[in-house]
Amino acid sequence: METFNVFERLLGENILSAAISVLLPLVFLIIYALIAILGELKISAWIQERLGPMRTGPYGILQPLAEVIKLIQKEDIVPAGANKLLFNLAPYVIFAGSFAGFAVIPFTAAFVPAEINIGLFYIFAIGAFAVIGIVMGGWASNNKYSLLGAMRSASQMISYEIPGALVILSAAVLANSLDMQKITLLQAGGFWNWFLFGGPGSWSKIWIVPFTILLSIIYLIASLAETNRTPFDIPEGESELVAGYHTEYSGMKFAMFFFAEYSNMFIVAAILTVVFLGGWTSPFGDFMSGFWWGVFWFIFKAMFIVFVQIWLRWTLPRVRVDQLMYLGWKVLLPFALVCFMMISLYRIIY
Amino acid sequence: MIDYFKNVWTWFYTILIGMKVTLKHLFAKKVTIQYPNERYPIPPIARNRLQLDPDRCNGCLQCARICPVQCITIETLKVVPDDPEHPTMFDGTPRKIWVPRYDIDFAKCCFCGLCTTVCPTEAIKHTTDFEYSSYTRDGLIYHFSAMSPEKVEEKKRMLAEWTAKQKAAKASAEKQAANASSE
Amino acid sequence: MTETKFVDIDFSRIETDRMRLNVGPQHPSTHGVLRLEVELDGEVVTNVIPHIGYLHRCFEKIAENMNYQQVIPYVDRMDYISSMNNELPYVMAVEKLMGIKVPEKVEYIRVIMAELNRIANHQIAIATFGLDAGAFTPFLYLFRDREYILWIFEKATGGRLLFNYFWVGGLANDVYPTFKEDVLNIVKQVRKTNKDIEELLIYNKIFIDRTANVGVLPADVAINYGCSGPMLRGSGIPFDLRKAEPYSIYDRFDFEIPVGKGEVGTVGDCWDRNIVRFREMEQSCRIIEQAIEQMPDSGDVQSAIPKKVRPPKGEIYFRCENPKGELGFYIISDGKDKPYRVKGRAPSFVNLSVLPEISRGYLFADLIVILGSIDIVLGEIDR
Repeated sequence: METFNVFERLLGENILSAAISVLLPLVFLIIYALIAILGELKISAWIQERLGPMRTGPYGILQPLAEVIKLIQKEDIVPAGANKLLFNLAPYVIFAGSFAGFAVIPFTAAFVPAEINIGLFYIFAIGAFAVIGIVMGGWASNNKYSLLGAMRSASQMISYEIPGALVILSAAVLANSLDMQKITLLQAGGFWNWFLFGGPGSWSKIWIVPFTILLSIIYLIASLAETNRTPFDIPEGESELVAGYHTEYSGMKFAMFFFAEYSNMFIVAAILTVVFLGGWTSPFGDFMSGFWWGVFWFIFKAMFIVFVQIWLRWTLPRVRVDQLMYLGWKVLLPFALVCFMMISLYRIIY
Repeated sequence: MIDYFKNVWTWFYTILIGMKVTLKHLFAKKVTIQYPNERYPIPPIARNRLQLDPDRCNGCLQCARICPVQCITIETLKVVPDDPEHPTMFDGTPRKIWVPRYDIDFAKCCFCGLCTTVCPTEAIKHTTDFEYSSYTRDGLIYHFSAMSPEKVEEKKRMLAEWTAKQKAAKASAEKQAANASSE
Repeated sequence: MTETKFVDIDFSRIETDRMRLNVGPQHPSTHGVLRLEVELDGEVVTNVIPHIGYLHRCFEKIAENMNYQQVIPYVDRMDYISSMNNELPYVMAVEKLMGIKVPEKVEYIRVIMAELNRIANHQIAIATFGLDAGAFTPFLYLFRDREYILWIFEKATGGRLLFNYFWVGGLANDVYPTFKEDVLNIVKQVRKTNKDIEELLIYNKIFIDRTANVGVLPADVAINYGCSGPMLRGSGIPFDLRKAEPYSIYDRFDFEIPVGKGEVGTVGDCWDRNIVRFREMEQSCRIIEQAIEQMPDSGDVQSAIPKKVRPPKGEIYFRCENPKGELGFYIISDGKDKPYRVKGRAPSFVNLSVLPEISRGYLFADLIVILGSIDIVLGEIDR
């Protein structure tokens, strides 16, 4: 199957198709965020044997909308001692960082906003952008809790980039490419071709299946840390730091932090989907594959990962700072390294 | 080294166990009661808002005295013996004391139930009504007296007249006695 | 700009790398209105100073102006999540002062109620402890069960939280007819939920890592500070007033005193304190089952209530095992219907005093966990 940008084909390579390519992910992001917020509310409620929001609309499905409206009309407070420029800039920096990641996500065979051949590398580089925003916001708030949260966040996100990068590197070794569309296409033809199960190839791939499964778990853990979700939500750990780096934010700026968190969740889910779960390809070979099915499969798989993230959040306690570092450097990194070496070895032999 | 792998395995394993538990609860029956639409049955013994039956209250002040937070304010008036109404209590016995004012401040009330236990006539009782919030503190002061202000005025006047008459009678009696003794 | 001031500073005494952080009185995990002045070196706690008094209500002074019966609602409000256990020592102290012997049935109902409330209290303790460690879901499972216990209380006493149920010489009213079945159902439910909590929280590796070897309270320090209850037992000392000097009818029941053994870490760490509470719930269930079995069906619960509570001149200190520790009341009577002096020995207050000792040198996140493991109620600390 060939890949292309449907808008460029329809409208030609001009500003209009580029604009649509940019706006479509934004629209998708907004709709996704609303659904994810509702999902978070409802899944947490069901896990805890509650009903969750039930008043706004049938079964409370309009609740995220109500919350967005509430946040918009809230007063925007800037603390007196805050550094105004950085304080105001921080939420947008974070959001810009996470939104830029959407540029290379292949939603389907015929639509990826910007098709570049180093997509995986780009998404990883731009993902680190969020640290700047968090440190900015935490420092500019002139609040000790915010500062502590920002410091924790910086160390956490930087150390978890490394196992994450090793996982990506292993995938690149397997796929021989950093192009997300190419990686996806390699896994076409059924779920046994997913990199989760060793990727396409002969029966010899059975040697690396345990390692690829391990790698996907490592990436899931690392991605939880990168998006600051429980069990790694220590930068905003409610019981200790009140709300961490966004303690002082209110209204729309707080909403931006929130928005960025959910958008980050989707991005890491998308990376996991593309790298290990075959992206937009159908798990059943040619059955149920095509342009729209591609969109469906991609979003379905990514949403499943998001669900797992939410599920984990409402199951686990929070780890401590030093344990987080221990887990990152002494557990995830050696494991990822071993997996990486085994996969490289496999590639050399076969 | 073995400890290290054991440790990592317990991390992983206990997380899976926890996820199993939460997944089980995800599909379990929910326990939320959608409050204004559904309610759980409040037992009749529940101690919520107090209610006074003015017919039963004989103005003995025991409730006001036992109240640990002094939230009950009572004023009493004696009933004059020649009252044309011949007021009676709930059971037909003649009323001895009017209760022109019986206020309970529910902002202070601690719902201990002591007033209901000391009441000899069971005039004051806890109800199961707990929805009586108010926008002002004054809105939480409940006036339970059944007497209208005019009636209170009238009774006050009657009592004043009666006491004056009694006094006058007493004074004249004393005068007579004094006269009798001096004679 | 402002003018420059030249101040003579002794630089040797300045510690530029320490940060002073005010935790509370409005903070998600100070369990009420406690304020902690924390001195941080990076993330490491170097000193903690608890500031209390935000919930002071002059209980002891008010009690001097109330008669003995009126004090009970105030006693309820000391440790407001285990009111039954608060009423018990006060009521028994006055009874002892007056030499009243209460009927058998009253004793049984009191024990059942106190143990039910102990379960409810430990449910809150474990739930909020889990919450401090970041686990939200066990909190709601435990609160759901606590609600069932509160429904029983409401049906039996009329109050959900503040009961005024134990009176000097008896009870406010008899329990309702289906009380026994309801209580046995609750016991079943508590055991079922505890199995879930065990899997979800207690033996979760993340939770163990968060709480084991943290806030270690050695046995001698615990004794020196006068700690009691799960704090003391968590340090490995099997001291429980229900066994040590059995009051009421506790000598008739067969139960064990769970102690911290350092199963996953050191003896006396936060996990040990938590597991003591967790296992005490099971022991309470056992006591309740035995009490329900032995409880006489008939009997007047108000037969021994004196007409006027007017103890003779004298003084008494009576202590009971509150869920949080040793709760004692020291009452001086001058022969009038009002106590001359009532002093409450609040376990939370004494237990909190050990906080600076056991939290120095741990991380800030640990401080919150240690505070959660002490299980304080500010209503009792400030009184």
